[in-house]
Amino acid sequence: MSNAQEKVAGGLPTRELLVTTSPHIRGPEDIPRVMWTVVGALLPAGLVGVYFFGYYALFIVILSVLAAVLTEAVIQKYLLGQPVSVKDGSAVITGILLAYVLPPGVPWYIPVVGAVFAIGIVKHAFGGLGNNIWNPALAARAFLQVAYPASINSDWRIIKEGGGILSNITGMDAITQASPLFKEFGGKTYSYVDLLIGRVPGCIGETSAIALMLGGAYLIYRGYVDWRVPAGYIGTVLVLAKLLPARIEAPWANDPIYHLLAGGLMLGAFFMATDMVTSPLTRRGLLIFGIGCGVLTTLIRFYAAYPEGVCYSILLMNTATPLIDRFTQPKLLGSASGGKK
Amino acid sequence: MATEMKGLKSFKGGIHPPFDGKSLSKDIEIVQSPLPEVAYLYMSQHIGAPAKVVVAKGDVVKKGQKVGEAPGLISANVHASIAGKVTDITFKPHPVSGARTQVVVIQREGEDVWAPGLDEPQDVEAMTPDDIRNLVREAGMVGLGGATFPTHVKLSPPKDKTVDAVILNGAECEPYLTCDYRLLMEKTREVIEGLRIVMKCLGCKNGYVGIEANKMDAYERVKALVGHDAHIKVELLEVKYPQGAEHQLVKAILGREFKPTQLPIEAGAVVHNVSTTYAIYEAVKHKRPLVQRVVSITGDGVERPANLLVRVGSPIEPLLKASGLKAEANKVVYGGPMMGIAQPAVTDAVTIKGTGGILVMGRAGEWQSHACIRCGKCIEACPYGLNPSYLSILCESEHFQQAMEFNLMECKECGCCTYVCTSRRPIVHLIKTAKYELGRQRARTQEAQKAKEAQKAQAAAK
Repeated sequence: MSNAQEKVAGGLPTRELLVTTSPHIRGPEDIPRVMWTVVGALLPAGLVGVYFFGYYALFIVILSVLAAVLTEAVIQKYLLGQPVSVKDGSAVITGILLAYVLPPGVPWYIPVVGAVFAIGIVKHAFGGLGNNIWNPALAARAFLQVAYPASINSDWRIIKEGGGILSNITGMDAITQASPLFKEFGGKTYSYVDLLIGRVPGCIGETSAIALMLGGAYLIYRGYVDWRVPAGYIGTVLVLAKLLPARIEAPWANDPIYHLLAGGLMLGAFFMATDMVTSPLTRRGLLIFGIGCGVLTTLIRFYAAYPEGVCYSILLMNTATPLIDRFTQPKLLGSASGGKK
Repeated sequence: MATEMKGLKSFKGGIHPPFDGKSLSKDIEIVQSPLPEVAYLYMSQHIGAPAKVVVAKGDVVKKGQKVGEAPGLISANVHASIAGKVTDITFKPHPVSGARTQVVVIQREGEDVWAPGLDEPQDVEAMTPDDIRNLVREAGMVGLGGATFPTHVKLSPPKDKTVDAVILNGAECEPYLTCDYRLLMEKTREVIEGLRIVMKCLGCKNGYVGIEANKMDAYERVKALVGHDAHIKVELLEVKYPQGAEHQLVKAILGREFKPTQLPIEAGAVVHNVSTTYAIYEAVKHKRPLVQRVVSITGDGVERPANLLVRVGSPIEPLLKASGLKAEANKVVYGGPMMGIAQPAVTDAVTIKGTGGILVMGRAGEWQSHACIRCGKCIEACPYGLNPSYLSILCESEHFQQAMEFNLMECKECGCCTYVCTSRRPIVHLIKTAKYELGRQRARTQEAQKAKEAQKAQAAAK
């Protein structure tokens, strides 16, 4: 690509012409537009979280975002010598998502350490946006779970009764448990309505099913999320939660709706598994990916040591993404066989 | 992403820009452009072997007189587009390939009259398919949609192939261009006659006219004209690029698929676009060789967009000036915005047979490219079932052999992937570069092999 200069002929002014390869027009979508739309779609769930859990939750979200953005800027400017791309909004998303999967009462350094790990190790050590294998926020959450098990698993008590804005949390007596899916901590069963609006304990951004569905639906409408991922994911959990023999004794043990609304499934299905970079390329691949997430989530919830399986199931499916890509190559026009020749 | 419209024939993939630029020139009638003072006739205005110059410097030529003769089947004749004197036979960079190509330069002189034996009404009814083929071949006809494939080859299908559908391509899916639409509106009868001539030549009883649904008036006009003809079907097509590409048109109208590297004949179809079909009518009915065509001058870089009847080999500068070339115009493209070729300069460029439009863009910019974020939009947009994401990454890192395994050579460079790319990657650019590099590598290997063999032969001789 180069600028060519016209000859000066007959006293005509020179005209610089731009010479590039076709096409000479581009569609309206670019990275910042996608990323900032996702940020907007994430806001309702966060607002509900802050409403129920209090301003400390907001503090955690802001801290997480700042840490993520700052880490990216420092790494790009001083370590890699690249142009700083924090304005594209992708680090902001990582910061928000990380905070959303943390308990509302974690110490302040937890989101900071998590964000540094997410951006520094999971994202930039693997080549930056587009080259990372795992969802940075989820990988950081898994890292924190191992590094700070006490904070991640039991710092729920910090939220006291009346801790939420306008004391909306009052009347919730079981706020000392991590998730509505916890059985071992004397968990109680929550009503569908409470689960829908998010009047339940849980991580900052995962509790309000309705706010998450709203944001997710908007992203599907805009074409930034393929419906096959949430549909495959949620559909699989619904079916398996009904069919698989439950190991725990709870009224909701085999209640598919409860499994759908409680815990991190909604956040995972609409905002984590749908991360473009770490999910397959083709529509077929995305459906397989969603179903795989659903199978793993249900298996972990039913038979593993953790009450929740969303985080690890998505990370495992992220790992399987290149493999899924390999077997779901698009079919060449006019050829019987798909993929490679 | 293009929205699916119910009931319209279509294909999988493709794009439609929110502003397709058609409104700039679609209602402007075709007018004859002033004749050029000098015409520059490239000997290679078609796919295949360059034509051989058959005139000498100093020769006086009439309009339509042959100046370049096709040396083989896959080639095309070139005719003087103006009457005058051959002032030079030289080499110039080609506006599409960029390669230095032989050019016959004609200075206009005398009256604009046809060479003897030309411009005579013919009795098409009495013609055999071979008569038609010969007239088309003699006239130097090439595909005027931009691909410039010699038309007589399309009219000579191999013996083992049957043609059961002739499609008149009135889709004109490239944004901005309106030359085919204007011909459909103003020369409806002639264009349809051209279609009938092609059908007669190929002995094919099924003719189709495909028109995009954003050209309803053209559709109505054609429909009214062929309403009584049971052999010609007029089909309304979804407004989507590249609806007018052969693969997509055949898929939309006949429901048949063939590989990107194959020709429509594999699906029993022959496709000609409107400009070509009109030129075929002119060549067969009136014995007029291809010396002019309709060119859309359009884009936000000109004050007065126009559809001009332009002689082949006309310098574009007077054409653009007459259309009010704006000061801020900074990109001049032969063809439309999706597949057109950007020209390095206004002063030196001349039109060729395949130039259906000159898009002048004001304040065109470049795009900052990023790593692929794997959004998958390119795969959904690719009308040929390729994986542009993989191809762009493999070509960028110069893994050309791997790119070949992912069907690099099947890419038609339509540009849909690059248009939708969220990361603004220059995918078509990377693919074109890879193909070019592979071509060079092949040439080098062949040369090395030849040298080796020569060495061996020498050694053996000793």
